Amino acid sequence: MSGPEPAWVAVCGVIEIPQRGSRVLKTDAGCVALFRTAKDDVFAARDHCPHKGGPLSQGIVHDRAVACPLHNVVFDLDTGLARGPDQYQVQTFPVKVEDGVVSVDLRALAEAR
Amino acid sequence: MSSQRLVVIGNGMAPGRVLDHLFERAPDAYDVTIFNAEPRVNYDRIMLSPVLSGEKRFEDIIIHNEEWYKEHHITLHCGKRVVAIDRDSNTVVADDGTRAAYDKLLIATGSTPIMIPVPGHDLPGVLSYRDLDDVEAMLSACQKGGRAVVIGGGLLGLEAAVGLKMQGMDVTVVHLAPTLMERQLDEAAGHLLRKAIEARDIVVHTQANTKDILGTERVEAVRLDNGTVIEADLVCMAVGIRPSVALAKDAYLDVGRGIVVGDDLRTSDPDIFAVGECVEHRGQCYGLVAPLYEMAKVVAAQLTGDADMAYTGSVTSTKLKVTGVDVFSAGDFQQTDGIEEVVLRDAAKGVYKRLVLQDDRLVGAVFYGDTKDSAWFFQHIKDGTDVSEYRDTLIFGPTFASGDAVDPLAAVAALPGDAEICGCNGVCKSAIQDTITREGLTSLDDVRVHTKASASCGSCTGLVEQILALTLGDEFDPDAAKPICGCTELGHDAVRRLIVAGEIKSIPDVMQQLNWKTSCGCSKCRPALNFYLVCAWPGEYEDDGQSRFINERVHANIQKDGTYSVVPRMWGGMTTAQELRAIADVVDKYEIPTVKCTGGARIDMLGVKKEDLPGVWAALNQAGLVSGHAYAKGLRTVKSCVGTDWCRFGTQDSTGLAVKLERFLWGSWTPHKVKLGVSGCPRNCAEATCKDIGVVCVDSGYEIHFAGAAGMHVKATDHLCTIESEEKTIIYIGALMQMYREQGWYLDRIYKWAAKVGVDYIRETLAKPEELKAYYDRFVYSQQFMQDDPWAVRAAGKDAHEFTPITLGSKMETA
Repeated sequence: MSGPEPAWVAVCGVIEIPQRGSRVLKTDAGCVALFRTAKDDVFAARDHCPHKGGPLSQGIVHDRAVACPLHNVVFDLDTGLARGPDQYQVQTFPVKVEDGVVSVDLRALAEAR
Repeated sequence: MSSQRLVVIGNGMAPGRVLDHLFERAPDAYDVTIFNAEPRVNYDRIMLSPVLSGEKRFEDIIIHNEEWYKEHHITLHCGKRVVAIDRDSNTVVADDGTRAAYDKLLIATGSTPIMIPVPGHDLPGVLSYRDLDDVEAMLSACQKGGRAVVIGGGLLGLEAAVGLKMQGMDVTVVHLAPTLMERQLDEAAGHLLRKAIEARDIVVHTQANTKDILGTERVEAVRLDNGTVIEADLVCMAVGIRPSVALAKDAYLDVGRGIVVGDDLRTSDPDIFAVGECVEHRGQCYGLVAPLYEMAKVVAAQLTGDADMAYTGSVTSTKLKVTGVDVFSAGDFQQTDGIEEVVLRDAAKGVYKRLVLQDDRLVGAVFYGDTKDSAWFFQHIKDGTDVSEYRDTLIFGPTFASGDAVDPLAAVAALPGDAEICGCNGVCKSAIQDTITREGLTSLDDVRVHTKASASCGSCTGLVEQILALTLGDEFDPDAAKPICGCTELGHDAVRRLIVAGEIKSIPDVMQQLNWKTSCGCSKCRPALNFYLVCAWPGEYEDDGQSRFINERVHANIQKDGTYSVVPRMWGGMTTAQELRAIADVVDKYEIPTVKCTGGARIDMLGVKKEDLPGVWAALNQAGLVSGHAYAKGLRTVKSCVGTDWCRFGTQDSTGLAVKLERFLWGSWTPHKVKLGVSGCPRNCAEATCKDIGVVCVDSGYEIHFAGAAGMHVKATDHLCTIESEEKTIIYIGALMQMYREQGWYLDRIYKWAAKVGVDYIRETLAKPEELKAYYDRFVYSQQFMQDDPWAVRAAGKDAHEFTPITLGSKMETA
């Protein structure tokens, strides 16, 4: 299932994710956190903090970032990189929104398995 | 190109500073390995005296914490002493066999305290004063009290003596020379110093030579060679230091008194540097911190290929770090030919100043009692400034020399840009001013972080503040509050005041009207703002769940594996068979792996899956159990003992009062968690006197206590008042809660709030009947909107998205 073509999967409507909040997407290859910012941008990242495994979906979402609920490492959702001195990076997945429907390209998730 | 390997022997202040400079210049140039004979991270050794006297704690004087080492990928071998340097294979070997190869080696072995080899010097109870182990040994000896003898009346000896005195010991100082601190002070200043030390009830013997130390099992006394015997439970030797050179000597490096280095701070082996107190440079060894820091700059430069940077020696100055005794000395003041002196004495004020001049240039200075202009004079010495123009008035300092009115800022304004302000860290005035302007700094803490000025011994703090005032003009507010976070310039108090004054009733409005710098705040300010709005506008403000930490958003405590714990409320700690049965059934049904009692004496079910939370709550609700708010910055628990119901010592119905308090206070949001205890008698079985609020019942009524802590910080409560009736006790506690809610900064427990506003202020305010009533009434008003069980509404479907994941298993296959 890997290949050059994106493997878009429609997962939910934008409005099903709370603004400045998130939803958990359960897949056979692990959980993905879907985030929706105050400006309705949607992001997807592995729901697993590279620091100590905290579920990022449970963190506070602000601008285009999320703070891990366990130890407050803040991740930039555009890049997956931790802000500040920490060197962590969480895996992110491409997202597109069409007609209010969120689709995520989960190839990388499957490949990581 | 891969990094070179730098091995550092020693983890004191000098190598620490070398690495600071090195990482600033070239963060990735070296893979660094440090061997540290002490089993801890790098700390500020010159601040050991305040630790000994109890004015600071060890955590306050750490320079580099463990994160710093991690961040710079440093391999730190703690508690391993290097025993050999093999220059043929460029390798060092530690006492446990650990080996490390180097491209460059930095020796920073420091110095060892000199122990006078008199008979008995090796008895238990005879200590040096050099590292934290010594301080800890002294502090533990102090707990037993008794007599201490300090041998050595120099800088360290006197600081040790004053510290031991402040810890309650009877202290005697034994000094060989006729004058205390004779290397830094002349006879007159030494005399004034002696009087100041004696005024602290410390006995001083000068011209006193220690003959032997007496004792069989451990030290019992010190005998002088004139026959005097001074009883001692503790002897501290502080007679000087000796560079630690053994390792260098064994490696056949050039060694004199110290390890010989050139102006490039290389030893006789060009791949090996040395820095700090172990070094001998141009015949000089240094035991003060400023020269070490000057050397550190040069070593870092040399390590990064800047061969031009050279160390040419230091002019040193000394300040005694004893609170209330101001002593300064610099340069040369031992009498020699061609020297002229200017002396000022003000016996009544206890001020003594002596300047030593040679060819119209200042070469030395000694000040006692008034050292505020010492930076200005020290600069004259370092620069060799020609003072012939204002020689007559030189001793009156910069204010007089410039003819300006007496303005505390004028003295600082008159300093040239390269005047050294912080001797410890070698920071000059212009460096501080430039950094303030460039980085937009506004507080002392900022300046400390960015320039390190006044971050070591702190004796230049006043000067740094004046430079801040000078640079910022009217913008400088010494009492300026720290901003809540990087999103705003405003502190907690200002934000709270403006929310109320401006009638601001939503988070977006706060950010708009108070000029937030970010579009949607951050995880620090949003929870704070949400609480401030909840508190200011009960019944009007709509709680913003997305601005709460996960625990308060889903009303359970997140655990390390992402599961949650659930704690139902048990009013005052009371429960029933029916409740316990319901809990047991829930545990079975949802296969909850762990059940235990919390510190607040409630039952905790741990390891609940998030999806199961609504089901667990519904089942608990059916048995009448509601949320225990064990996750909340709010009222947690009221712990109780059994009081007059059962106990043969109980004086009041403590359980009954605990139940009433918990039913009254539950559901209220507060700046941080609030835990109460009610004890039925002064035996205090509910541990009420280390709670945020505690009640201790006595025969005549109820003692109300508050501002205790038993977490990271442990503190007994302060007494608020004693009340005769239960009803009025509840009113007082409600008013106290409201006062804390309205004034506390988010995440400050009651004890921190009380420390900021003052315990007396709280007591006095609540002692006024009209204030008491107003606070109480506002609390009661607010509570009517707060007391809905958050579990019940969620079990009934609120926030369902939180607890229902989107599942995708099958879609993946077809994608």
